[in-house]
Amino acid sequence: METKFEIEKLNLYYGSFQALQDIDMNIYSNRITALIGPSGCGKSTFLRTLNRMNDLIRGVTIEGTVKFDGEDIYGNFYDIIKLRKKVGMVFQKPNPFPKTIYENIVYGPKIHGEKNKTVLDNIVERTLKEVAMWEEVKDRLQKPALGLSGGQQQRLCIARCLAVEPEVILMDEPTSALDPVATSKIEGLLEELAEKYTIVIVTHNMQQAGRVSDYTSFFLNGKVIETDKTEVIFSNPANKKTEEYITGRFG
Amino acid sequence: MAARPMDHEMDIITRDLLNMTTLVEETILNAIKSLKEKDSEMARNIIDDDEKIDMLEDEIKDKCLKFLATQQPLAGDLRKLVSIMQMIRDLERIGDHCEDIAKYTLRFENEEYMKELIDIPRMADMASKMVKNAIDSFVNRDLRLARRVWKADEEVDELFRNIYDELMGIVDRDPMKANQSVMFLFIASHLERIADYATNICEETVFAIEGGYDMEIKNGN
Repeated sequence: METKFEIEKLNLYYGSFQALQDIDMNIYSNRITALIGPSGCGKSTFLRTLNRMNDLIRGVTIEGTVKFDGEDIYGNFYDIIKLRKKVGMVFQKPNPFPKTIYENIVYGPKIHGEKNKTVLDNIVERTLKEVAMWEEVKDRLQKPALGLSGGQQQRLCIARCLAVEPEVILMDEPTSALDPVATSKIEGLLEELAEKYTIVIVTHNMQQAGRVSDYTSFFLNGKVIETDKTEVIFSNPANKKTEEYITGRFG
Repeated sequence: MAARPMDHEMDIITRDLLNMTTLVEETILNAIKSLKEKDSEMARNIIDDDEKIDMLEDEIKDKCLKFLATQQPLAGDLRKLVSIMQMIRDLERIGDHCEDIAKYTLRFENEEYMKELIDIPRMADMASKMVKNAIDSFVNRDLRLARRVWKADEEVDELFRNIYDELMGIVDRDPMKANQSVMFLFIASHLERIADYATNICEETVFAIEGGYDMEIKNGN
């Protein structure tokens, strides 16, 4: 099993507040890793360290190393544009651009310089097929993306993320704004996507973490309390705090 | 800390498990009492009442299923529920063994016993106590008791071997007594199986609490 991210002694501060403390973790290629923990425990902050999204927040200080394919992404000469292309992100609320379905998907490739219409058309078809939406929307690619249902919008956002051929997809509660049917579609999709991509997902839904992920990491007060195979975490966690959290005794 | 909604549901299921255990424990003792005292009416009641044990199993299973569907338990809660589902199955099987013993009692209805029954009632007493203690160990989360009861199965097995030797000795000396000897051996075998089910319950108790099946007594547990 290949390691995609190797995180060592990661500390993150918002000003004087320490949000992440001494995080050591491996994230494996083509596996789904779920990050769970109560609100404010640092899991979303951690997720954003994986594509340097925290750089955009003022007053953030980061220590330690985050190696992506063996290279420290916080090293002085690391190409952040390349990193963000390889490590895509999907957010809690579907956030398609106020453009057509087609334009949403080709937006990334165009920014990266792709102008060939046939290539762009192929990207649209490939990514919409990857998110199981092609049949649903192939006849209305020029319609506004905002006219799609919430679940479709979220799958479009995943397709948009796939359009730049990333290696990793970071997902921050990607189904918390969706109904059970749309949630189920996204969850079904994750398993297929994991064949090609490495997925890290933040979720508050314990059952979802149990259903979709291979590994689960429990965060509390900025620390990783326990990481193990998901089946172990949800049937027999080693740490009492993990047990208390996932059984709803606190958090 | 406030009780979780699932705690109330789990309390109800645990109470039902205790009720089922009480009924099964009584049935074991009555099965042997009816055998010892040649009480055919009691034996018939045991056979009729087996349905009650089966129904209790179905009721509890149904509650467990609803609990799984609505509460979606995890970790310790999940292990506890899975253990209960296994235990009610074990208790139901114990009920079936009692029913079989009662059927033997009816076969002896018009026959004098070749000897006074001493070891078989002793074995029944041990097995019924094992069942009660096994469930108590689960309800009270008493690992030490679970492991002690599990270990006690060796005594029941030894008693079974003694009964076997005694009955085979009788058959050797007087082949005319073979029929009753074999019947008593079957009854002892049913009791031996009941004790085995009690050990299953102990294993489930340890699994529910620790997540494993290590039955060796250690660190006072």
